[in-house]
This record gives sequence, structure tokens and C-alpha cells, in this order.
Amino acid sequence: MASAASPPSAAVPSHTPPPLLREFSYWLHRYRRTWRGTVVISVANPLLFLAAIGAGLGKLVDRGGSSYLHGSSYVAFFAPGLLAAMAMQTGFIEAAGPVFQSARERGNYRAAAATSMSPADILGGHLLFMAFRLALSATAFTAVVAAFGITGPLRALLLIPAATLTGMAFSAPVAAWSVTVTRQARINGVFRFVLMPLYMFSGTFFSTDQLPRWLHGIIACTPLYQGIALCRSIVAGTATAQGTALHTGYLAALVLLGYLAARRTFTRRLNG
Amino acid sequence: MTGHPTKHLVEARSLRKVYQPSGFTAVDGIDFTLTRGEAFGFLGPNGAGKSSTMRMISCVSPLSGGTLRVLGLDAATRGSEIRARIGVVPQDDTLDEELTVRENLLIYGRYFGLPRAVVRERAERLLEFARLSDKADDQVSALSGGMKRRLTIARGLVNEPEILLLDEPTTGLDPQARHLLWERLYQLKAEGVSLILTTHYMDEAEQLCDRLVVMDGGRIVAEGTPRQLIESHASREVLELRLPPGEQAMAAEKLDGLADRVESLPDRLLLYAGDGETTLAAVHARGIVPTTALVRRAGLEDVFLTLTGRTLVD
Repeated sequence: MASAASPPSAAVPSHTPPPLLREFSYWLHRYRRTWRGTVVISVANPLLFLAAIGAGLGKLVDRGGSSYLHGSSYVAFFAPGLLAAMAMQTGFIEAAGPVFQSARERGNYRAAAATSMSPADILGGHLLFMAFRLALSATAFTAVVAAFGITGPLRALLLIPAATLTGMAFSAPVAAWSVTVTRQARINGVFRFVLMPLYMFSGTFFSTDQLPRWLHGIIACTPLYQGIALCRSIVAGTATAQGTALHTGYLAALVLLGYLAARRTFTRRLNG
Repeated sequence: MTGHPTKHLVEARSLRKVYQPSGFTAVDGIDFTLTRGEAFGFLGPNGAGKSSTMRMISCVSPLSGGTLRVLGLDAATRGSEIRARIGVVPQDDTLDEELTVRENLLIYGRYFGLPRAVVRERAERLLEFARLSDKADDQVSALSGGMKRRLTIARGLVNEPEILLLDEPTTGLDPQARHLLWERLYQLKAEGVSLILTTHYMDEAEQLCDRLVVMDGGRIVAEGTPRQLIESHASREVLELRLPPGEQAMAAEKLDGLADRVESLPDRLLLYAGDGETTLAAVHARGIVPTTALVRRAGLEDVFLTLTGRTLVD
């Protein structure tokens, strides 16, 4: 215990977690009540997609045989794409609505900001929870993918951080934005007009190699394409040091830039 | 209790708050001091700058100018340390409605980095204090407005703060809930907690504050104990006269010289006088027949009216 000579600030016991973990534990606490609903959207839905499109539609695709699949089955091509797209969606959903609500109506950010927590602690803890959610969904999904023999257990294990990174490349910038949003409709609009087209056309369902070169070039610049390429290279076993460095570097840069922007917007909103 | 190093818990000098990018000046160079153990109030209408001042004291809004020391620390640079030692009761509660009453206290206590066992023990005591023990496991969304406010006060006490800041503590509550809340705040005062509160209710300021400042348009227009303010900015009694429609203006002229001051409101005349009954007799003697006449003690409402020429609630 603290000795008599310790300064007043040492009155706070040394075993207390860093502030960021306090915010994380708040979200974890809430999650104990809401996790059932999130299982449907982030695990059950993608698995239904995987079954219907990957296995069902995939049978038709495989019968035709496509050179764009580079010899893999359609389901093995589709599964990592779907995982990355799912991570994007979860990353967006976890960052948009909850951050907006917390900064506005629910007021829990303001409540936390009135304590010894700083806006950066609040942001850090919430982002950590988003990463946790992404890792959890990715684990459930890849467990199924591995159980069906679509990929080996080691590769499945590598998919988890890849999908989490992909999701965080959305979460961090979206959090930076949604703390400034004043109307829920904005969030819905971005989901429909930005997220959905990305989901459809970034290579989740088909290889973008078959598109005109210029269009492929544009798509390759989107974060989801990079996430899909990363996940797909793991499942297909075609990952190269250079390719992996490029994909992860791109995604990590987005996380970092998003985080730095969010530190500013959170501070402005909560301490302005 | 051990000896405290600082007598002045809060010291503001030329404190200013200018919001960007609008450039709106919410607080325009105010000075005030809070001494340990007192209940200090900011009184004024909406938009007077009370809440902006409170946000600066609670270190969630940087100052635009001047100096502010809270608990002897510079608010501009030591925000986190200051926040660890004060309690805040915001106007909009910011409770998590989906969690239970107890969970709200536990989570908030954890935000201060307090050990779990300490927060648990304090939560039970605070639930008792807020008269919410039997609601401990109810979801917050099921509580009444008064209960929510008491929970917010309990939450603000979880770190055993040296100062409790209350922003419009009874706005929107029914009279019964207000009185219960006041009673709880008296107890806190009796226990030695220093209070800072904002209000636009006169009776609240008179009931709770040892000393207060009247704010208007971002400035302090008067300062003192409720009694001092009434004595120096109003008379001892006020005679309120309601007259038949259309006769007020004429009556006001006839009343000239009868009182220290006559204030003409849209629906009534206020006559500031030492003795209201004598003044009423004089009014009758001049042949004026009001529809109703009421003699009351002067209050802070009258102080505000005198100082600004406006009523508090428009």
C-alpha cells in the first residue's frame, strides 16, 4: 500500500486500470445486455450469405469454371471476401450509431468526460471495444469457414487479425466523423450510398480483374478492396511479403489517420 | 478532517468564454470566489452565461480568457486532476437509461479509477442517501424525473468530491420532487460539501445559496447574500396591484411619489416600499381602486427586475 510519504496523487491505488480500459469496460458491460442481437447481424447473416451464395450459387459458378478464380472453388473465393465485407459493415455499424448516440442523446460520453477521463481515453476505450467486437465476429465466422474445410485452421487464425484490421480501417475514420454528426439520417445515408456500393463492387462477389482496367484501378484504391485482397491472399495461400505489406500498410494508415482525426473531433465535441 | 491547503475552492478573474466559430461571447469577464463549505449560486435567465461558467469550472470547456483556479489548481492545464476531485450534476442527467440504477453508479465510480470494492460500498451508501435503495436494480428508464435527478446527484458524489456543481438542479421537477431534492442538498451542505449551483428560480436561490451572483448577458451585475441583495436592490416589501384593463398607465402616474420605485409590468404594477400596507392605504386615498392588491416580502425576482429591467422568466 501507499506509504505515508507518497504524494496525494498516489492515493489512487496503483492497481487501477488505465483510463482507456475503464471506457472499454463500460462498453463490455453494455454488451452483456445486447450481444444476442449483434450475433444475428454480424454472424448469422454472413453465414446465411455464405451458404446461399458461396455454396448454392457457387455450384453453378464452379460448373462453368472461371479463369478469374485462379483454380479455387467459388466458395473459397467468396468466403474471405464476405469476411472482409462483413468486417467493414460491423466496423461501420459499431462506430457510427453508438458514437453518435453517445455524443448526443444518451450522453454517456459527456458523463465520462466530466470525470477524470480525457476525450482521448474515451475514444481509445471505445475503439478498443470496436476492435473486440470485430475480432469476436471474425472468430465466429472463420471458425465456421474452417469447420467446413474451406480453409485450414492456421490460415483461419490469420484471417482474424486481417478482418479486424479491415474493420478498424472503417471504425476509426467513421468514429471521427460520427461524433460530429447531428442527425441520424446522415448515418443511414452514408450506409446506403457509400457502404452498400463498396460491399457490392469491391470484389466481395466477383473478381475485379474482369472489370475494365481503369475501373479496377479505382476500386483497388478503396479500403474494402485492400481488406478483401488481404483476406483472400491468406485463404488462397498466395500472400506475398510485398502484397501483405501494401494491404496492411494501407489499412493501418487509415486506422492511424482516423484515430488522429477522431482525437481532434472528440476533444472538440467533449471539451469545447 | 485534516487541514485544507486552500481556503478558496474556486477563484475566477476576468473569466471569459467565446464560442468559435460564431464568436459569441457567453461569459464576458467575470470575477468570483467560492470559499470552502459555502453554497454559491449563479442566478440569471437562460443565456446569461451560467452554464458556460459551470462548464469551465468543471473543466470540460477551455477558457477563452482570464484565469480560473479550482481547488488551487489551474483549470487551463490541470483539468483531469480537478475533475477527479469535483462532482458534476448536469442539467440533462446523462444517465444510461438502459442500465440499472446501481450499474450507473458502479460504472461512473470506475471512471474515476476507484477500486471495485470501494465503489460497491459507496454505491450502497449513496443509494440510501438518494432514497433509491429499493430501486437499485430497476432500469433507469423506469424512474421518475425526480428520482433520476437524485440518482445523478448520487452519481456526482461517488468520488467524494470537495465541490458539487449542480446545473439547474430542479428544472422540470414537480414541487414535491423539488422539496425532496432541496432537503437532500441541505444535508450535503450540513456535511460540509461546498455547492455551486445555477438556477433561474428565485426561491431556489433564496433557499439554498449562502451567497450568489446575478448574471445577465455574460456579466455579473450584482453579488452578495440573498438578504444583502434584496436589501440593497429592492425595498423590504412589495405591493402588487392589478388594475382593470386600460387603467394601468393612468394609475401609474397618479402613484408618483408613493413608493421608493414603481415598476410597470404588462399585467401589474409593483410598488417597492418599506411598508406595503401603509402604501396600499395611500393608494386608496388617491382614489385608485385596484382589482387585486397583494403585499409581499421583496425577493430575488425583484432584485433581478431592478438590476436588469426584465423579469427572469420571459
